[in-house]
Amino acid sequence: MRMAELVMGVVMGIFSLYLMWKSAELPIGWIPGEGPGGGAWPFWLALGMLLCCITIVIRWAKRLTPQSRSKEVYMDARAFRLFLLNAGALAAMIGLFHIVGAYGAIPLFLIFYLRYMGRHSWRLTGTFAAVTPVLMFLFFEIALQKTLPKGFTDPWFEPIFAFFY
Amino acid sequence: MDTLSLLLNGFAIAFEPLNLALIIVGCTIGLFIGAMPGLGSVNGVAILLPMTFLVPPTSAIIFLGAIYYGAMYGGAISSIMLGIPGASTAVATTFDGRPMALKGQADKALIAAATASFVGGSIGVVLFTLFAPPLADLALAFGAPEIFALMLMAFATFIGLGSDDIPKTIFSIFIGLVFGAVGLDIISGEPRLIFGDIPGFYHGINFLVLAIGIYGIAEMLWVIETSKGDALMSKAEISVRRILDTLGELVRTWKTMLMGSLLGYFVGILPAAGATPGSLMAYGFAKTMAKDPETYGKGNINGVVAPECANNAASTGAMLPMLTLGIPGSPTTAILLGGMVIWGLEPGPLVFTDYPDFVWGFIASLYAANLFALLINIAFIPAFIWMLKMPFTILAPIIFVLCIVGGFVPTMDMHDVWLMLVFGIVGYFMRKLDYPMAPAVLAIVLGPLAEPALRQSLLISGGSFSIFFTRPAAGLIMAAALGLFLLPVWMIVRRKMDQRRKAS
Repeated sequence: MRMAELVMGVVMGIFSLYLMWKSAELPIGWIPGEGPGGGAWPFWLALGMLLCCITIVIRWAKRLTPQSRSKEVYMDARAFRLFLLNAGALAAMIGLFHIVGAYGAIPLFLIFYLRYMGRHSWRLTGTFAAVTPVLMFLFFEIALQKTLPKGFTDPWFEPIFAFFY
Repeated sequence: MDTLSLLLNGFAIAFEPLNLALIIVGCTIGLFIGAMPGLGSVNGVAILLPMTFLVPPTSAIIFLGAIYYGAMYGGAISSIMLGIPGASTAVATTFDGRPMALKGQADKALIAAATASFVGGSIGVVLFTLFAPPLADLALAFGAPEIFALMLMAFATFIGLGSDDIPKTIFSIFIGLVFGAVGLDIISGEPRLIFGDIPGFYHGINFLVLAIGIYGIAEMLWVIETSKGDALMSKAEISVRRILDTLGELVRTWKTMLMGSLLGYFVGILPAAGATPGSLMAYGFAKTMAKDPETYGKGNINGVVAPECANNAASTGAMLPMLTLGIPGSPTTAILLGGMVIWGLEPGPLVFTDYPDFVWGFIASLYAANLFALLINIAFIPAFIWMLKMPFTILAPIIFVLCIVGGFVPTMDMHDVWLMLVFGIVGYFMRKLDYPMAPAVLAIVLGPLAEPALRQSLLISGGSFSIFFTRPAAGLIMAAALGLFLLPVWMIVRRKMDQRRKAS
């Protein structure tokens, strides 16, 4: 945990420097007749971030925060595995949105989560995987007319839309 | 007396069978739209606006007003139950509503949210009835320096008296403000902070993307880790006894309710502010005023009451400049204003005299909508509690799916969904190190309001910061904000003095 506190402080400090550099692509000083340049607001805020990160690192060195005194492991093997499984499954679902669309990706994610992670029966898994996209389609696409991504399955929905409209 | 008779006439219009039915249907639809992550009152009102051409203008505005109110109530539901803000206005409700649900107090949080919404809405509509014209003038007197001072005050409430790590809190505010600056520069129109030249950054970072990432995905990853994957979502129960106990406890939060309602109403009437900043500021103030600020963010009922009172009072307040000045105070009222124009009405100072039936029928309907929204909300609480009792391994994937869809719907851009995942993962790592996340959400909401206010103020003053101290209202708010900023320093000095005294 102690090392993680330092790493986070340093990484965020570097990110602050990047933001300062990126903000400086626009003027950061006073422009006569226009006021502060477009980059001034984020530049000074990023400088504020950097100062906070320096303070966090100093406090870490002085062991002033509970994390800087902690001897706990930041993430044990089991926590890391759970994180990878969940974040990975989410990333895979979002990736699949581009290919098979929401109505393909969501059932696949539900099948993975309910069957593999939750060890639920095929009956329950199948029911959720089938009913959830149907309800979402009716709510978002028909009732609210909010179109979700469909990937290559887009043409398959034409007859359904023709039925409703 | 004149106002009372006009209001009574308004009630006669609002309680006509058609209008009453529209209030009930509107509140119910609004409740479910508000509860759906990523969708808020603005979506409900925009989608159903064309349907209002089937009824007279008074019935139409009553229907849309009921949807607006219903959505304000509904936003709290998914904030409390799932940890995903149902609407932008309910982000602050997540801070304490979600921890309450995780402690098995979902029923208490839902009742608190509904009751606070009712109180906030009622206070808002009473103020609307009694003081509409003078309050509209007051709102107009609030210029850029006053608005910036008010924003600074909101940030100060998260720092002063906050129990969190101060450098991390300030860092969180700054990073939220920087994310709020991504997109196009408001004055020059030039692209700003477009990371990697990715086109998705041109429309800025929608604050719901940050809020759902942090309070949806990061929170879920946190719950899964801390429970080692065997989390019970909630031991929630509901019974008449528990409802009565909660109502008893809510009576003791009257100060928070009053503060949240008045603050929310005032922020609501400011042009371009609206219910979201109002609710976040009310949360900050409640935490600042509390005797136990360290319990905020861990399931303090006042942390639910303050933002819920404020967002409902603000939603009523936002209608005031819309009706009296023709200036919308929020995106939803902008659509309502458009509706009024389409219906052939002219919003402005003469609206109260030119269309008394329309205005007073609408105001009276707000009283009725407030009551019906409360009753409908409470009637559905057992169903919401039942949902929470589902096994975690069923609820978790549903929450994840709602997060993803909720992140996509506001901008219809997959870039935002990826960004939300990144925020979720980084937010999870930061949460483990006790970085407070609420200030970042507050900052990304207030940043796009604070920056133009600062730049306009400096333009007026020719670059001098004295403008924030020479104008009476701005100076007063600035002094209070600076006092709050310096409070942690004073507390450290006092603690050291106490320690020295004890040692000697």
